[in-house]
Amino acid sequence: MTLNWKIGGVALGLVFFLAVLLVKPIGVSTQFVILDGIIADVVNPELVTKTDDGYTSTNAYLAKSGGKYAKSVANPLNYSFIFVIAMMVGAFLSAMMRGGNGADENKLPAIHYANFGDTPIKRYAIAFIGGFVVLYGARLAGGCTSGHMMSGMMQTALSGYIFAAGAFAAAVPVAMMMYKKG
Amino acid sequence: MQIVLALVIGALFGFVLDRIGATNPSVLIRMLSLRSLGLMKAILLAIGVGSILMFGGQMAGLVDVGHMSVKTAYVGVFIGGLLLGAGWALSGFCPGTGVCAAATGRKDALFFILGGLLGAAAYMITYPSVKATGMLDAIAGGKVTLGTVPGAKYDGLMAMPGDVLGIVLGLIFVAVAFAVPEAPGGDAVPAPAE
Repeated sequence: MTLNWKIGGVALGLVFFLAVLLVKPIGVSTQFVILDGIIADVVNPELVTKTDDGYTSTNAYLAKSGGKYAKSVANPLNYSFIFVIAMMVGAFLSAMMRGGNGADENKLPAIHYANFGDTPIKRYAIAFIGGFVVLYGARLAGGCTSGHMMSGMMQTALSGYIFAAGAFAAAVPVAMMMYKKG
Repeated sequence: MQIVLALVIGALFGFVLDRIGATNPSVLIRMLSLRSLGLMKAILLAIGVGSILMFGGQMAGLVDVGHMSVKTAYVGVFIGGLLLGAGWALSGFCPGTGVCAAATGRKDALFFILGGLLGAAAYMITYPSVKATGMLDAIAGGKVTLGTVPGAKYDGLMAMPGDVLGIVLGLIFVAVAFAVPEAPGGDAVPAPAE
C-alpha cells in the first residue's frame, strides 16, 4: 500500500527536517566508499592508519579533507554509516508490514518484464551496470539523490540545483528510450 | 546519542522511502520517463516542506544554522549528475533506494549494490586523475547558497536574505508539487497496487 503523494511527501519532508534539526542533512552515497574502505582495510591493513591528529590513508580519496573518510573507515560505528544500516531496517519493516513485494517482483520488477520478458540475468546485469555508473557519478558529483538533490535543494545550495539539472537531463531520455512499455 | 539518532532517523527514512514506492524500480522508471509523476510530486513536496520548516525554524531561533551542510559547486557535480541520472534510469535505483530495495527482498538490488561498491572503488582509484583535470575545482564561489543565510558559514550567490528566499523557494516547490500532473501523457497508468 503506497501512501498518496501528499501524505508521503509531507512524511519525507519531515524526515529531512528532523535530520537537519537534530544532526545534519541526510546523505547516503559516501557510505559505499566507507564500506569499500572497510573491506579493503581488512584485506590490506596498511590502507588506513592512525596519525597524531586523526587518520590517513594510502588512498588519496580516503585521505582527502584531513582524512575524514579514513576516520569513518577506522570507526564504522559512526552516525552516517549506522544511518544507512538503519535505513535498511526501516525499509525491511515497511515491506514486512505490507506483506512484501511478492516472489515475482523480488525476482524481476514488473517494468523489466513488460519490456524484456522473463530475463532475470539481463535484469541483474542492468542493475549491476546501473549501480556502477550511479556510484561513480555520485562520488564524482560529491553526493547523490539524497545528499545533493533533496538535502541540497532544501538548503538552497547551488550545487544541489546543478546536480539535479545533470541527473534529470540524463535520466529522462535514458528512461524513455530503454523502457517504452509498462 | 548520535548512534540512537542515526538508528531512529535512518529507520524512518527507509520506512518512508518504501511507503512512497521509491524502493520499486518500476515506479522510479515510470517517473523518470514522465509517465507517472506521483513520486515526483511527493519528492517536490518533501523538498518544499523540509525547506520551509528548516528556514522557518532558523528564523524562529529553533533550528541551529550550524547544522546546515552545503556541498561545493564544481563542473564535476554536473557531469557526475549526468552519470548518476543515466544509471538511475537504467536500473531504477539510486544509492539510498537501492540499499532499501535490497532490504525489502529485491534480488536485482543486490546486484545494484555490488555494482555500486565497484563504481565507488573505481572512483577511489581514479580520483587523482579526475582531480588533475580541474573538474573538481570550485565554481561560482563553491559552497554557496542562493541567498545569504544569516549566521551560516556559507556565502550567498545573491545578497538577499537566504532564509526568506528559502521559504519562498519552499513554497514554490509545494506549488509545483500540486501543479505537476500525475499522469502527463493522459495514459492513466494506475499506481501499482501494493
